[in-house]
Amino acid sequence: MIADRITEKLNILADAAKYDVSCASSGSKRKNENKGLGNASNGICHSYTEDGRCVSLLKILLTNHCIFDCAYCVSRKNNDIKRAAFTVQEVVDLTINFYRRNYIEGLFLSSGIFKDADYTMERLVRIAKKLRTEHNFNGYIHLKSIPGASDELMREAGMYADRLSVNLEMPTEAGLKLLAPDKNRQDMIDPMNFLKNEIILRTEEKKLFKKAPLFAPAGQSTQVIIGATPESDQQVLQSANYFYKNFNLKRVYYSGYVPVLADKRLPALNTTVPMVRENRLYQADWLMRFYGFNVNEIVNNEQPLLDLDIDPKLSWAIRNMQAFPIDINKADIQLILRVPGIGMLSAQKIVSARKFAKLSLDQLKKIGVAINRARYFIVCKSNEFERRDLTGQNIKQFILAESQSKYIRNTQSQLSLF
Amino acid sequence: MYTLVYDGTFEGLLTAVFEIYERKLFHVKLIKGEWRSTAMFEEVVPVVTDDERANRVLAGLRKKLSRAGIQRLYIAHMAEMENEENAIVGFIRYVFDSDQNIEEDYGNKYVMRLSEIIKMVRREKHRMEAFVRFQKLKDETFYSAVEPDFNVLPLLIRHFKSRYADQKWIIYDIKRGYGIYYDLHDTQYISLDFTDVKNAGNVITAFSEDEGIYQHLWKNYFTSVNIVARKNTKLHLRHIPKRYWRHLTEKI
Repeated sequence: MIADRITEKLNILADAAKYDVSCASSGSKRKNENKGLGNASNGICHSYTEDGRCVSLLKILLTNHCIFDCAYCVSRKNNDIKRAAFTVQEVVDLTINFYRRNYIEGLFLSSGIFKDADYTMERLVRIAKKLRTEHNFNGYIHLKSIPGASDELMREAGMYADRLSVNLEMPTEAGLKLLAPDKNRQDMIDPMNFLKNEIILRTEEKKLFKKAPLFAPAGQSTQVIIGATPESDQQVLQSANYFYKNFNLKRVYYSGYVPVLADKRLPALNTTVPMVRENRLYQADWLMRFYGFNVNEIVNNEQPLLDLDIDPKLSWAIRNMQAFPIDINKADIQLILRVPGIGMLSAQKIVSARKFAKLSLDQLKKIGVAINRARYFIVCKSNEFERRDLTGQNIKQFILAESQSKYIRNTQSQLSLF
Repeated sequence: MYTLVYDGTFEGLLTAVFEIYERKLFHVKLIKGEWRSTAMFEEVVPVVTDDERANRVLAGLRKKLSRAGIQRLYIAHMAEMENEENAIVGFIRYVFDSDQNIEEDYGNKYVMRLSEIIKMVRREKHRMEAFVRFQKLKDETFYSAVEPDFNVLPLLIRHFKSRYADQKWIIYDIKRGYGIYYDLHDTQYISLDFTDVKNAGNVITAFSEDEGIYQHLWKNYFTSVNIVARKNTKLHLRHIPKRYWRHLTEKI
């Protein structure tokens, strides 16, 4: 029966796509036109799997047939698994029907490389084109840029997709050479560079002509696998910083390596997924993108690894006690954002509220500040602020002693750089 | 201490504010309910909703709040949270008692509480935008049953109307007994009679032919994308609390 065959394909091709962690469906501004189907704007997580990750897009591979043999990938050529491939129409039908039931925000389509890069990319583009032109579908589409695909196809992809991404796979070129000898980092950078320039060009065009078509309005992202190769957090974050700065990437995703294959180049099969480290990397990433931190403030030669037991902002703060205390009622918002326990929203509320009256510790707590961390680093209207002359290490111990970290049970150490 | 009893409407609440100022009732408690005439509770004051008085209060608020501020006030009331009238009235009184616009004075307890209420309502609205699961019926209408914590259906219209412009749909709040119906042109509020169907969430007999197949595919997809090695039940439950499960196709 046809339904059974589709179910089997879906199971195989969703399972193979799940290690790509990109899930964003935000950042686009595609409107529903001419009473068509869907729109893409602010991003919605429609469900969450039992591992706590969000399900926002129908994330599938077009096929898991692949000519490459990358050690970390379940779909590698020499892995003995079931193979399957969707037809263009099958992907279109699944997307439309899932979307109409409000299961998803759109489609995330990736693929194993069959035949060659252009042949694969051409099929991905064809699906996006069909959804947009034949079905008037305005939901979110994220396409993988296949390394080595021609500029012409990349340009077409940008016409239909909201976001495009090329996975760098390993944080450094050396890591990639080790695990994916068939792949070449330059092949990944080329389409990224092409799209960057094209996006800049189209954005200029859009400023002049309002009717100019959208071109990848949600920009580009990439993913690096963490813990499969021995890079330090410093190398990972510096690489991320380089791509943010030079390729205008919207996001870099960090994917903790899940041991799926036995290979002497890889961590053993029973290795736990480095979930804490992954979480700390995302926190550091946020500090770089939204909190005005320079990558070297977070990791540097003296501090190449992120603390696993405390967050990177707190870690920075206790290494830089000379920057504190910060006066909540006077300091610039950029400085307030550097206080551990104060997030973006709290900082904005503080700056609004203090125009009316000076704020006390109680009020800060109500506003949403994590007082247990912030109180060592601020002065405010209350008299109960910290008076002792504490060292960074003291503060770390106090905070750890009174907090029940969700990570204490499964703290694990990083691979050491030998 | 006086207890004001009002009819639960926004106009009623504004009328109550009018009474407070006119009769100088400064220690008051506002409750929603029906007024029963009884001499036993002398300090209970019934509020008779009066559009003219309500409009005067609203006009006063407009002078002192931004448009967004007025809207937030309206949303907070419409959500029908239990016993939050006093926070809303407290906020309004703080607005009138101040010389400047106080809507960002988060150091004030009423402003902060209103901000918390709005945050809860917005989260519930966002959850509904995520958790609505349409089921395609034989007449091509897409039907969904929901049970939101607060009354957020009116806030959903814009989102669903612009997204699903080319299909008929119904979102039905079982808890509050009303729904929104979009007929390809406009939306209207409706009330359905479920007497011949035992459970309003279950309309299986009216499913279109392919509905079962897509539900099955979606459940399969949901299972396939899970990474067992990363199991994190606590996080899972924080994102989808159990009370939402019975209307989620993938969790049934």
